[in-house]
Amino acid sequence: MRGFEYVRATDVGSAVALVSGDPGASYLAGGTTQLDLMLKDAVVPQGLLVDIGRLPLRGIATDGDVLRVGALTTMEELAADPVVAERVPFVSEALLAGASTQLRNMATIGGNLLQRTRCRYFRDIAVTDCNKRTPGSGCAAVTGAARMHAILGASAHCIALHASDLCVPLRALDAEVRVEGAAGQRTIAFADLHVMPGERPDVETVLRHGEMISEVLVPLLPAGTRSGYLKVRDRVSYEFALTSAAAALSIEDGVITLARLALGGVGTVPWRATEAERVLVGAPATARTFLAAAEAAIQDPFTVPGTEFKVELAKRTIVRVLRTVSGEQS
Amino acid sequence: MSDALRQTPELVTLTVNGSVHQVQLDSRTTLLDALRDHLELSGTKKGCDQGACGACTVLLDGKRIVSCLVLAAQCEGREVTTVEGVTVDGRPHAVQEAFCRHDALQCGYCTPGQVMSAISLLAEGRAGSDDEIREFMSGNLCRCGAYPNIVAAIREVAGQEATSR
Ligand SMILES: Cc1cc2nc3c(=O)[nH]c(=O)nc-3n(C[C@H](O)[C@H](O)[C@H](O)COP(=O)(O)OP(=O)(O)OC[C@H]3O[C@@H](n4cnc5c(N)ncnc54)[C@H](O)[C@@H]3O)c2cc1C
Ligand code: FES
Ligand code: FES
Repeated sequence: MRGFEYVRATDVGSAVALVSGDPGASYLAGGTTQLDLMLKDAVVPQGLLVDIGRLPLRGIATDGDVLRVGALTTMEELAADPVVAERVPFVSEALLAGASTQLRNMATIGGNLLQRTRCRYFRDIAVTDCNKRTPGSGCAAVTGAARMHAILGASAHCIALHASDLCVPLRALDAEVRVEGAAGQRTIAFADLHVMPGERPDVETVLRHGEMISEVLVPLLPAGTRSGYLKVRDRVSYEFALTSAAAALSIEDGVITLARLALGGVGTVPWRATEAERVLVGAPATARTFLAAAEAAIQDPFTVPGTEFKVELAKRTIVRVLRTVSGEQS
Repeated sequence: MSDALRQTPELVTLTVNGSVHQVQLDSRTTLLDALRDHLELSGTKKGCDQGACGACTVLLDGKRIVSCLVLAAQCEGREVTTVEGVTVDGRPHAVQEAFCRHDALQCGYCTPGQVMSAISLLAEGRAGSDDEIREFMSGNLCRCGAYPNIVAAIREVAGQEATSR
């Protein structure tokens, strides 16, 4: 192992070449996940850190009905964008519900998508059983003190949560991610970016080593569609979600004509509630419909004693966000 | 090494409170450790050292950040402002004076971070109500529980700014 080394990238191509060519190398954007895991928790081995913080991948532009967000745009910058506030307000709500102002000034959009789980067993190298860190070693969380863990997409192999708030509305919107790699560019659908743990929880995304996210493409909602993000947590502010939901609805004459619903705090990956959307579209915007959607959203949960409460809490979170977004027309 | 990339800096140039310093550093050194251990600016405090408590809050190019989760090397060429740099003509900053008046501290360990965060909060225009102050100060924890007085101090400064406008 080469040990810690820091370099500041001055252009995308050489940064990609450098990380692609060194299995121990990684990107440093805002650093709020990476420095924590590498220097403080020692979960990620020290290696070459390529600081991409000054690359010209920062800024927000509107391209028709798509918002193009540079990967190095900060969480605070995107939250304050006027187009976001007007056309996809739940993106701003989700961002401002996450972390603190200090962290949001540092953390980037690309880094947020790739943030690592907060599972305390994953983050504690004194714990030996962690399939995410050491494939085949087991999962201490399944028999341990679980609370901030996933119930959907989870199994006895791994219940680590994808804790991003931003990813929840982005999953609901079918965002896309532009990626630069040694072999060129590609575009990845948001639904495909994060990989379900299955038997290999160590594989978290479809990105190849060295691929860099350059841009996130966020489709804007049609005018008249309302959206909202609800985050339920153990304290009022500055805490990860127990459960959360991002919803967008269009309602015409009391009937739902468009529905987007995604969940946070419950999935091993950002979770789209496709079945619930099917229940919603074409149905009257009533409390009964919202309850039926909530039931449809949480199917086959994998719970452990510490996470059982999330099944009911997630359903209530869904009903609440749908009622709020529908303007209580029920 | 491609010359499009800068090699690990051992000599880092930091601009802190308007003064330029050259420091010899291990490249793993955080801004927080550089300030406290190399520049003898110990006003910035280390609480959790993991981005969670806000004790280490400073301004980077005018925006509040936690200095424990950024490398000193990442801050080269950027303006760092610490609690030592907020006095006005040798007098404490209005936020500091309000903290004293409102007894907004007990042990004082979190206070430099609270003060830096509050100065930033006011500049962001997020001190419009007590709820807003609480929400946007939530990245600064206080083990002594001085929260009500911290909110009162910030509310007072926000009020003064509103009337002097
Ligand atoms: C105390 C605390 C509280 C938090 N609370 C919340 C919360 O409530 N909600 C929430 O959503 N998040 C929360 N976070 C997580 C935070 O949002 C993430 O740490 C942050 O978004 C990561 O972005 P970054 O730019 O700092 O990434 P970095 O730490 O720089 O990078 C993260 C990972 O992504 C890789 N990477 C970064 N950029 C790119 C790129 N462009 N292309 C390819 N790879 C890249 C890095 O190599 C690394 O593996 C919290 C974090 C902390 C420390
Ligand atoms: S010491 Fe930096 S946030 Fe706690
Ligand atoms: S005054 Fe003691 S921690 Fe805040």
